[in-house]
Amino acid sequence: MSKNYFEILRPGINSTFQDLGRFNQHHIGIPMSGAMDKRNYLIGNKLVGNNNNISAIEFAYQGPLLKLQSTKVICAVTGNVNFKILRANSKIEEGECYETFELNDGDQIDIISTNKSVYGYFFINGGFEIESFWKSFSINTMAQIGPNDGTKFSLNQKLFIKNKESKFQKKRIEYLNSKIEFIRVLKGTNFNYFSEEGTNNLFSKEFTVSKLTDRMGMRIEGPKIENIVETNIKSEGLIKGVIQVPGDGNPIIMLSDYGTVGGYPKIAVVISADHDRLTQLTPGSKIKFKLVELNEAENLYKLYEIETKNILNQIR
Amino acid sequence: MIKNITNLGDASVYCDFGNQIDQETNLNVIKYFKNLKELKIEGITNITPSYNKLIVSFEPSVTNYEKLKNKIIDLKLHNKENQNSKLIKIPICIDEEFSLDIKRLSKKLKMKYDQIYNSFFDKEYYCYMTGFIAGMPFLGDTRENIRLNRLETPRVKVPKGSIGITEQFCNIYTYESPGGWNIIGNTPVKIFDKSNQENPALINPGDRVTFYKISKQEYQKYNE
Repeated sequence: MSKNYFEILRPGINSTFQDLGRFNQHHIGIPMSGAMDKRNYLIGNKLVGNNNNISAIEFAYQGPLLKLQSTKVICAVTGNVNFKILRANSKIEEGECYETFELNDGDQIDIISTNKSVYGYFFINGGFEIESFWKSFSINTMAQIGPNDGTKFSLNQKLFIKNKESKFQKKRIEYLNSKIEFIRVLKGTNFNYFSEEGTNNLFSKEFTVSKLTDRMGMRIEGPKIENIVETNIKSEGLIKGVIQVPGDGNPIIMLSDYGTVGGYPKIAVVISADHDRLTQLTPGSKIKFKLVELNEAENLYKLYEIETKNILNQIR
Repeated sequence: MIKNITNLGDASVYCDFGNQIDQETNLNVIKYFKNLKELKIEGITNITPSYNKLIVSFEPSVTNYEKLKNKIIDLKLHNKENQNSKLIKIPICIDEEFSLDIKRLSKKLKMKYDQIYNSFFDKEYYCYMTGFIAGMPFLGDTRENIRLNRLETPRVKVPKGSIGITEQFCNIYTYESPGGWNIIGNTPVKIFDKSNQENPALINPGDRVTFYKISKQEYQKYNE
């Protein structure tokens, strides 16, 4: 093991390692997990010169305060994040997202907060010295699997790094985390379990993201969505983006650490192209849904992919 | 066989095997699951079997609904449903410390504790699926005389190892988790063992399970 590490002087609220997720384990009850905001994950790794399988530190709201004990490393932060670099000589620098910077022995990075968003990412060239679990470096705190014994970061812990000595080269891109007016959805498999008024409410009224929102799911509040058939279904598989409506009429949107099966009717499913923006909505945010057709959703995802590629291609 | 195929969102194929919840239907689901899994089709990110549904999720930049739907329709099935099916015997302690809802069951079902447990232990169960939380087996069917709905208000924390029953099903809480099933005992057996990466779940879909009673002393000594 390398002797180079970050010491955690403050862990942050929910700081974990995440990558593109853990595949093909649903049948034993393990969800995909992975970075909540995939595009920001891909951008950061590209900036520091990593491939997509090298995990990042994901943080929510307040990030960690880390002190480097190592020779210099190339780093980047993505998302809409407010952070500072505290140099070993006591000089303080304002951090800029979407550009690489170097940390030297004794420097600290203080990830203060995410702005009007939930998740941000911290990357280092070469990545961290961690073990994959079922081919993924994502931490799933519910099942307690993944690196760090499947738990979020804690105070005074050391995060060992693979010190890949690379020549520093400033890389930056202009990227704006856009907001959209609507979260677009497809009809769910139990769409007709709900009253006409209920489904009309879903597509015409405003909902508010509740405080009961985490990596597993997002609860939203608004007009009740009335079920006229059956408030329970026989448990069946779930995926990210599914909107379940329990008996109380308040929808729950499944996010990356969802339970792999569930027994509430599925009224709708958020299209893949809108997942990143959905996960970044903070509690209290207003949310409106728009119904689209499958071919539209497929085209929107192609567009999302092209946009992502164009952004990544700007980084050289 | 599959009664209906539709899309669930833009990144999964939803296969419905009919409304019937029984072993025959479920064995079909498992057969499709095993055959599809073996093919390692490009773009598939997960295959999720449940009582009577199979959800095949995929990365929409690699494949799409129409293509995968056709692959599933054209799938050539081998007879695999019973391959590797095991019989697993699970010890349970029904000490009052663990049987959190026996009183409720007794009252609602108008049965004595002994009668409930006799009905429960005198049955071989079938594993329909594992999921919700890691390794949690959904077993069935319980005898008709001990079937009851979930708790009106679910518990925020059900202890790890708890055995719960509801409707015609029975499950084992592999982790401490929220839940609304009627808890009748607790097992010291590790049902999900993440250190066994090859085969972490002790009970898998298609397996058969029987339960037997152990004393509190045996329970405490079990993992020594």
